Amino acid sequence: MSSTTTPILDVRNLRKTFSRQSSIFASLPGNSVTTTENCFTAVDNINFTVARGETFAIVGESGCGKTTLARMLLRLIEPDSGQILFKGRDLLALSPKAMRAERRQMQMIFQDPYASLNPRMRIGEIVAEPVSIHEPTLTRSQRTAKAAEILKRVGLSEDALNKYPHEFSGGQRQRVGIARALILRPKLVVADEPVSALDVSVGAQVLLLLQELQQEFGLTYVFISHSLPVVAQIATHIAVMRAGNFVESGPAEQILGQPTAPYTCELLAAVPTVPSARIL
Amino acid sequence: MHTPTEPLGKITNGNYHPTVTDLLDVRSLTVELPTPQGWVRPVNDVFLRIAKGESLGLVGESGSGKTMLSLALMGLLPTGARVTGEALLGTANGATKNLAQLSDSEWRSVRGREIAMIFQEPMTSLNPVMRIGPQIAEAIGAHEPGISTAATHQRTLEALQHAAVPEPQARARQYPHQLSGGLRQRAMIAMALAGKPNLLVADEPTTALDVTVQLQILQLLDRLRREMHLGLLFITHDLGVVAKVAERIAVIYAGRIVEEGDTHDVLTSPKHPYTQGLLAASPTLLRGKLSPIPGTVPQLSALPPGCSFAPRCSFHRAECDAVMPDLRPVKTSHTARCILV
Repeated sequence: MSSTTTPILDVRNLRKTFSRQSSIFASLPGNSVTTTENCFTAVDNINFTVARGETFAIVGESGCGKTTLARMLLRLIEPDSGQILFKGRDLLALSPKAMRAERRQMQMIFQDPYASLNPRMRIGEIVAEPVSIHEPTLTRSQRTAKAAEILKRVGLSEDALNKYPHEFSGGQRQRVGIARALILRPKLVVADEPVSALDVSVGAQVLLLLQELQQEFGLTYVFISHSLPVVAQIATHIAVMRAGNFVESGPAEQILGQPTAPYTCELLAAVPTVPSARIL
Repeated sequence: MHTPTEPLGKITNGNYHPTVTDLLDVRSLTVELPTPQGWVRPVNDVFLRIAKGESLGLVGESGSGKTMLSLALMGLLPTGARVTGEALLGTANGATKNLAQLSDSEWRSVRGREIAMIFQEPMTSLNPVMRIGPQIAEAIGAHEPGISTAATHQRTLEALQHAAVPEPQARARQYPHQLSGGLRQRAMIAMALAGKPNLLVADEPTTALDVTVQLQILQLLDRLRREMHLGLLFITHDLGVVAKVAERIAVIYAGRIVEEGDTHDVLTSPKHPYTQGLLAASPTLLRGKLSPIPGTVPQLSALPPGCSFAPRCSFHRAECDAVMPDLRPVKTSHTARCILV
């Protein structure tokens, strides 16, 4: 876990509790949900560090808190307590203005390429929007040039600039999402289920693209997924999450090869596998 | 209606499950839909067979036509769709019905009773403002008008038990939102099987579920298939899932079956480049270089001439663009639509 230099991300005792508001339906007859406590701990005292250039994967089933954790890393959800040290600085201690400046180095890729792109904006505007926020002095043509360059790098042609999201397939939209995340050349990218909405053959294209871009731009990934096979392709470290806690974490080969937690074994055993086929 | 001629490109040596009679025999089924670009064929000249108690996995990516095919088998195609070809279903009383040409009133005696369907996201198929029990009772009552309330109640609980829903009494009184995703899918299965159909069409029934829950549902479907001697058409994009649940696999691409055969044969020695590509692109627990299939699924309105997969195929030759190849026999009950076979 420890590295010789400061880890790019050092998360300490991170915790988030959501309150269960009593809803107007809660008192209806037939509703058997009776909660003695009205708090729900989504993320419970999580600690981990990520070194530069690593891909730290967080794997878990729905409801385990992995998305809450991912969003807290960028302060899209405000943690209750704990520390998030990004290059040694505690993000939670930053003023909103300082945090906004820091965000340029940390970007997010979302799961649903249909929901995460504004349908009324052209691709060029979507991709260049982070530039207009963080580099307001650039002219429109400079922004467009930057957008065209990163679109080309993710495998989209320049005429994508003037098109709308609905003109693209799911895989192409996810490339747009990646372009938007990378246009500011961030250091850390949090990817929340980036391939789970995509077809098998397209998902593989996007995974390979993410690996290439990681090499090229020296990116560090926090990769959230429910799928161990997907994580096995890309992760250097894996944390297995359940009910707000890490049940196990370590180097990817160790978690996949010699898991110690029973829950990890259960997850691994449930993965449907193709009979050992080697083709060609 | 039953013609003895074998469909084109099919194995004709009689080894094709000779001991069981076919429950479903789909012959040259084509579905056409009107679009602004003209008529497109999401299902194109499809041949499929499912015997009683047999499971067939239909594998394809989005836009391959797998869902349209299942909707055609259920008589649920969007209005304006044109269907040609035959989908012959052997019914419980020994008659044969062509699902491609049923009237609305005929469908009422077939849908739910002879053939039933479960969907990917049970929350969108269940009525959110109706308790689980009455929803199943409604399905039972629709097929057996005049059944007593007590008998309906009894059958509802049996259906839930059958689908391995724990505490069926309590669950029957709950609403869909109070159930977990896995339990909702079990409730859907209970409802689908309440009319005691012979054929179950399952369209991506586990895609929205966690892996551990997915495994339970796959095991449940497999057990029910054996116990009820149920024909199962299992539609999925996941080769790992299909390996668990299906005895035979048909791979569909751009509306056409491109490879069909025993699950083990197709997955261990795939012959069509698309099947090979899908396998190479599927992540496994072993870290290896993933090989994506280049390009994307073609638009149905702009299919390439000849083989639909040719533009993405690494074995592409000039002949591929001339005509669409037939399904060619690889060996007994294994066919592939490729000139290299």
